[in-house]
Amino acid sequence: MIPDDATRPWRDLVNYLLMSNGTTEASSRAGAKDQGAASVVNDQAAAASPSAATKDAKKLKADQKRRLEAIDHETLIGLFRQMLLVRRFEEKCAESYSLGKIGGFCHLYIGQEAVGIGALSVLRPDDYVLTSYREHGQAIAKGISPDAVMAELYGKATGCSGGKGGSMHMFDSSVNFLGGHGIVGGQIPLATGVAFASKYQGTDKVTLCFFGEAAVNQGAFHESLNMAQLWKLPCIYICENNQYGMGTSLERAMSLQDVAQKACAYDIASEFVDGMDVLAVREAAQRAVERARTKSLPTLLEFRTYRFMGHSMSDPGNYRTRMEIEKHQERDPLKLFRATLEEEEILTPAKIATMEEEVKAEVAKAVRFAEESPEPEPGELNTNVYANPL
Amino acid sequence: MANQVVMPKLSPTMEEGQLSRWLKKEGDTVSMGEPIAEIDTDKATMEMQALGNGVLRKILIKEGESAPLGQVIAIIGEADEDISSLLQSAPVAAPKASKDAEDNQPVATADEDNGSSAVEAPAKTAPALNVVEEASPEPQSPDRLVVSPIAARMAAEAGVNLSSLSGSGPGGRIIKRDVEAAMSGAGNSKGSQPSATQRPASGMKSGAPAKESAITGASPYRDVPMSEMRRTIARRLVTSIGPVPHFFLTTEVEMDRAADLRQALNEVYPQQKLSLNDIIVKAVAWALMQNPDVNASFQDKVVRYYERADIGVAVATDNGLITPVIRAAESKSISEINSEIRELAERARARKLAPDEYTGATFSVSNLGMYGIDEFTAVINPPEGAILAVGAMAPKPIVKNNAIQISQIMRVTMSCDHRVIDGAVGAQFLQSFKKAMENPLRLIVPESA
Amino acid sequence: MPVITMRDALNQALREELQRDGNVFLMGEEVAAYQGAYKVTRGLLEEFGDKRVIDTPITELGFAGLGVGAAMAGLRPIVEFMTFNFSILATDQIINSAAKMLYMSGGQFKIPIVFRGPGGSAFQVSSQHSQALESWFAYFPGLKVVMPSTPADAKGLLKSAIRDDDPVIFIEQERMYGMKGQVSEDPELIIPIGKADVKREGSDATIVARSLMVPLALKAAEELEKDGISCEVIDPRTIRPLDIETIVASVKKTNRAVIAEESHPFCGVAAEISAEITEQAFDYLDAPVRRVSGADVPMPYAKNLENLAVPGVAQIIAAVREVAYV
Repeated sequence: MIPDDATRPWRDLVNYLLMSNGTTEASSRAGAKDQGAASVVNDQAAAASPSAATKDAKKLKADQKRRLEAIDHETLIGLFRQMLLVRRFEEKCAESYSLGKIGGFCHLYIGQEAVGIGALSVLRPDDYVLTSYREHGQAIAKGISPDAVMAELYGKATGCSGGKGGSMHMFDSSVNFLGGHGIVGGQIPLATGVAFASKYQGTDKVTLCFFGEAAVNQGAFHESLNMAQLWKLPCIYICENNQYGMGTSLERAMSLQDVAQKACAYDIASEFVDGMDVLAVREAAQRAVERARTKSLPTLLEFRTYRFMGHSMSDPGNYRTRMEIEKHQERDPLKLFRATLEEEEILTPAKIATMEEEVKAEVAKAVRFAEESPEPEPGELNTNVYANPL
Repeated sequence: MANQVVMPKLSPTMEEGQLSRWLKKEGDTVSMGEPIAEIDTDKATMEMQALGNGVLRKILIKEGESAPLGQVIAIIGEADEDISSLLQSAPVAAPKASKDAEDNQPVATADEDNGSSAVEAPAKTAPALNVVEEASPEPQSPDRLVVSPIAARMAAEAGVNLSSLSGSGPGGRIIKRDVEAAMSGAGNSKGSQPSATQRPASGMKSGAPAKESAITGASPYRDVPMSEMRRTIARRLVTSIGPVPHFFLTTEVEMDRAADLRQALNEVYPQQKLSLNDIIVKAVAWALMQNPDVNASFQDKVVRYYERADIGVAVATDNGLITPVIRAAESKSISEINSEIRELAERARARKLAPDEYTGATFSVSNLGMYGIDEFTAVINPPEGAILAVGAMAPKPIVKNNAIQISQIMRVTMSCDHRVIDGAVGAQFLQSFKKAMENPLRLIVPESA
Repeated sequence: MPVITMRDALNQALREELQRDGNVFLMGEEVAAYQGAYKVTRGLLEEFGDKRVIDTPITELGFAGLGVGAAMAGLRPIVEFMTFNFSILATDQIINSAAKMLYMSGGQFKIPIVFRGPGGSAFQVSSQHSQALESWFAYFPGLKVVMPSTPADAKGLLKSAIRDDDPVIFIEQERMYGMKGQVSEDPELIIPIGKADVKREGSDATIVARSLMVPLALKAAEELEKDGISCEVIDPRTIRPLDIETIVASVKKTNRAVIAEESHPFCGVAAEISAEITEQAFDYLDAPVRRVSGADVPMPYAKNLENLAVPGVAQIIAAVREVAYV
């Protein structure tokens, strides 16, 4: 059956992205399917042609309008503010990293904010989130204070993991943020287990699991999706397809590049969504959360997105051109959303300027907090190895 | 019964030997004690003697070839005996034959457990042909006590002198039961030892029966346990300079009287051609008797004090330095010392010295005066405690009784092992030496008791 | 006390803990409908239903990680590996997730999980199905590693492991499932993790043995006793945390130590114990610490070769004679 959200603008996006990647090959996309029956949208007619793109652009506009109207202004402004905060936070991280205040690996979320913030905006506080090592933005969106995230990056005792996790391992049990995980795909079986526990315990909590498209090539992804559908687990698998696994493009790494379509191998519902459109992300996540919460079923969501920064702070980035990045920056999720909000007069430039000031102050406060916080006590070296030490 | 002749261990440091000359050829009859070959070791050329009667049936290495210790180099047997089984096993270098091989050939290989040529055991009188009846564990080297940790601790706590025990563990390791046996008085002791506090006050480190050295003819000695302080001094000094912490003492000796004495003696015994070096060796021996603390060596856990002055005299040969030893020089006359040095030096140059003739000195003298060297420092020949470097004698202006006069002056430098000899002790020795050289009549007319 | 097999002792422990705590569940390949590949989980599906006794697909990395995730969310999973050979597929989740979660979350997420199953040498199943992996897991801080050698220990230790708040690797010896022994029926009889057991007292030499090597060490001690050599046999039971105090105390008494294990010698547990003894009891040793380990080769199939690869009573006796100088 054709899903009820058949109007989603995925064709537009595909066309857009295919053009920017210099390929004209059309591709089939998995449509969202409901419990049980698989259904795949296979629309060869949607091949990239300028006229089709224009037509779909109109449709996209109409969709956005519809989505805007479904959400109250306060929520919309909140989403924008969170995206702005994460953007400024990450920019500050880049600065602090280059000053040597932050050590190790540091993977920034700039360009992908719409995915994490859009998806997390539909969760209840008691729902679970597990993610990869590119998680500062999601940690903040789930409710960890920027102070605690920055302090963790600074390796301070007040960090959300006590300074023991660092950039890749943010945890906060009080907001059910179950971690950034450092092994590609390692969090996918974990999230499946968390969802298993929710079901076992008879709760209606759902689990969101974020990962990059490169994790899809790991066995852990396939093993997890198989079990999730086999046992009907309330887990939402969110593939943030930013099109590069470190320096290797999707084309060079994946035989079937249509991640959403892989769901059919496990009879799981899936959607392919524009990850640069925070409202589209939110809407798709909403459907998946609903499916998980009410029917205890998993979903695979593929959000096509793009990171504007390198893989990590130490990435020279010579595997893609400046032009390619600039092309994607035209669809900067923050810029797109701001334009929409201004157009609809939900936010004025003046209000946005005030918000910028507030956000800047919040980030500055986080840095100050991190800088002023104490380092972990040396004795902390040996704590937390065992819950029941001998 | 046919026997294998193996490359014998002919010097303490020998790892392999070169067959320089066969003195017998295949088919020749040999009798016990008869030289059958000459072997070049790292130090000397030695004759290898037959240890049994028979016919030299087979020669397995050619002249000029080398073989590691224990390798079979010839077969001696009856003229018509079948030696094929011995030949089969022959090419194997067999410092450590397997148990099986040993069982099959009860008279096969040499020096079973002495496989490691690095073992610093003093050489026995060199048997040229080893017919080994049975493997026996290598007795522990006197230089290194092998002892299990618990045995060491128990012995320390009970005051048992470990060096008095012989170990029953592998390789002579002293183990717990050996110490327990000693503590219960069950024996296993090599002989009672004086404790550190029983050290005699008199010149010679006597007071307990002396031990015989493993080197034939070498000075008997007594091992006196090292005091904690001595141990600490030793440890600290080693960490400050290399393995042997040297220090150097230099003094000038007026040689006019010694030169006169030499001249007078040579007039009396024109054939002798006494040298100043003979007098120096005698003076060193005399000074050692006066200063027994210098006639000593560092032995890891004990300081070893020697009863006699066995003086090593450095001799330069074409093959390098070798130091033949004048045994008991304190009891020999200058002319005896002279003849002995002459004879040893000649044989040293011909590489004919036996190991016992160039090891086991208690003190050495190195004289480069004949090369016009004014003064130099010599490196101690371990385990000796000191060495005296002797420079050339030359006329020099000196101040005596507030007047300048010309005297024959010789500069000597003593290198001391600081682990056993402290500065003042060394200085006292040099004083004695100087006294003897400056009044050498003491050396020919002993003090009356 | 009833005499039962190690298999049944383990089954009792599982049953009792499933009864005691609703958060405990069991998952693995063939644990439910098939009744367990080695019948350790026999009857549990009938008693507890398929919510708590779960057959998994053959997907070791997946279900190991799923178990760790479930533990993060408050459950107490027991994950059975059909054999520990297959745990190799799951090591990313065991090592990178289970062992480190508590630490890298700054103490927020404990992982009360048991990974259990048969390990060590089996009978003639060749290289991939017959190996001892305890030194792998014992290497990692954050993991506990338990290896019982008797039915009673198996029961008491498995119950402890299930109640423990840390990830426990519980390695049962495949050849020992049929071994019989007295086992208490007291459901509260537990054996603490991290406590060695002196299986036999003696004065002349200490034999440290675990798992399959314990009965062999006891047999060796019996033989040696006839020659007047008195051996103390210590079973650490827990490899990590290791009760080195008990071992060191014994070596201080006997002055000699032999460590028997069926695993490879290189970088093995015996090497670790040997190093600890040398560090802590050097002055008490009368002989070098001696290891008796499995052959340093993959396990062969042929019966005679397999026998050569696994240490036996004779090797233990020879090693004790060597250190006791007899």
